[in-house]
Amino acid sequence: MARALVNVPKTARQGEVVEIKAMIAHPMETGYRIGPNGSNIPRDIIRRFACTYNGEEVFSADLHPAVSANPFIAFTLVATTSGTIDFTWTDDAGKIQTASAMITVN
Amino acid sequence: MHALWRLAAVGAAAICGIVSAAGIEDGEKRSGFDFMTPETQALQADEMSNPGMLWVLQGEQLWQQAEGRADVACAGCHDDASQTMRGVAARYPAFDAATGRPIDLAGRINSCRAERQQAEPLAPESDALLALTAYVAHQSRGMPITPGTDARLAPFRDNGRRLFQSRIGQLQLSCASCHDDNWGKRLGGSVIPQAHPTGYPLYRLEWQTVGSLQRRLRNCMIGVRAEPFAFGAPELVDLELHLTERASGLLVETPAVRP
Ligand code: HEC
Ligand code: HEC
Repeated sequence: MARALVNVPKTARQGEVVEIKAMIAHPMETGYRIGPNGSNIPRDIIRRFACTYNGEEVFSADLHPAVSANPFIAFTLVATTSGTIDFTWTDDAGKIQTASAMITVN
Repeated sequence: MHALWRLAAVGAAAICGIVSAAGIEDGEKRSGFDFMTPETQALQADEMSNPGMLWVLQGEQLWQQAEGRADVACAGCHDDASQTMRGVAARYPAFDAATGRPIDLAGRINSCRAERQQAEPLAPESDALLALTAYVAHQSRGMPITPGTDARLAPFRDNGRRLFQSRIGQLQLSCASCHDDNWGKRLGGSVIPQAHPTGYPLYRLEWQTVGSLQRRLRNCMIGVRAEPFAFGAPELVDLELHLTERASGLLVETPAVRP
């Protein structure tokens, strides 16, 4: 069960610049912290975030251990055609979480 | 964190020579929200950037999920939470006839889980319990806190008030030393709020996660170097009851964001 919140405007005018927001629940464990038993808490972070618009990648970001837990990413897109905006978050173990939203362009 | 509290402790010991007299005047009552920076306030106010909403969302999913030997979801009995749970969080802790004691919202949810769903109770501070509690409390967002009027609550509320005013820990400070007598002043880097439980469970930036009111209270106890009450301890619920009375009339903010 992905715990992610994405915000995409439901409708937009052709050519309009729209703001997209995406947030996911994730501990972003740096690997540098020491646990109660004295050994390092293993690193567990989201490594890559990507956004596709009707299948084409339009935004991506590499994330690093200094990023806070539950990373929040906001960016802009030019609304071209109606369709689906998909979001993927890939963690250290290669596990992928996804979310998606529809946009209607007129 | 520890260094901050140590520094804070020196300051607190210096300012808290005065013994607490009265509580906070009605006109001066202010949520912790009012003491935050505009940036943190904006984070709380925008549902799309408030990280606490991730737990509310998870709670919404769990609400629909059948659990336990009864194989029934919360929704199976309580239907649409926006109708049936509206206003509930605003009047908790409430009296629980089964145990003859007050019970807080998370405790009530766990009792439904154990008794009605016949499932294993959820661990304190587990994501699932915080998520369900945040989801239920979110249904009361914007409603005034209205402390339970059941007369059987009175002795427990009195005990909560007594605990609030008792000096504890190596620093020999009471909750009132800070939250009644010195709110608005600074302790290390933080402003001392009035300790109103308006936003729980809430997202604390320092925790980098959502936590319960009990976690917050335990933090304050550790801050004065006292042995904190265990999660679920009756004393914590009594304290919650007193805090709710002090906060009467303030609006529910769940999920709030705090530094
Ligand atoms: C089999 C039916 C059933 C299920 C399933 C169930 N409950 Fe309940 N719940 C009740 C009943 C009946 C009451 C009121 C009686 C009582 O106090 O126990 C109640 C009371 C409550 C209350 C207090 C309401 C108030 O007005 O004080 C809350 C909150 C609550 N349930 C949450 C939940 C949650 C969350 C779940 C899922 C984890 C859940 N319940 C599952 C039957 C159920
Ligand atoms: C030494 C001063 C001090 C004492 C004593 C103290 N607190 Fe606090 N408390 C704080 C500070 C400072 C904060 C703000 C959070 C932070 O930055 O640590 C706070 C936050 C809180 C909050 C959160 C309010 C919100 O807006 O969410 C509550 C509730 C609270 N305290 C209750 C208590 C209780 C109950 C006790 C007694 C067991 C207590 N505190 C003892 C300093 C204190």
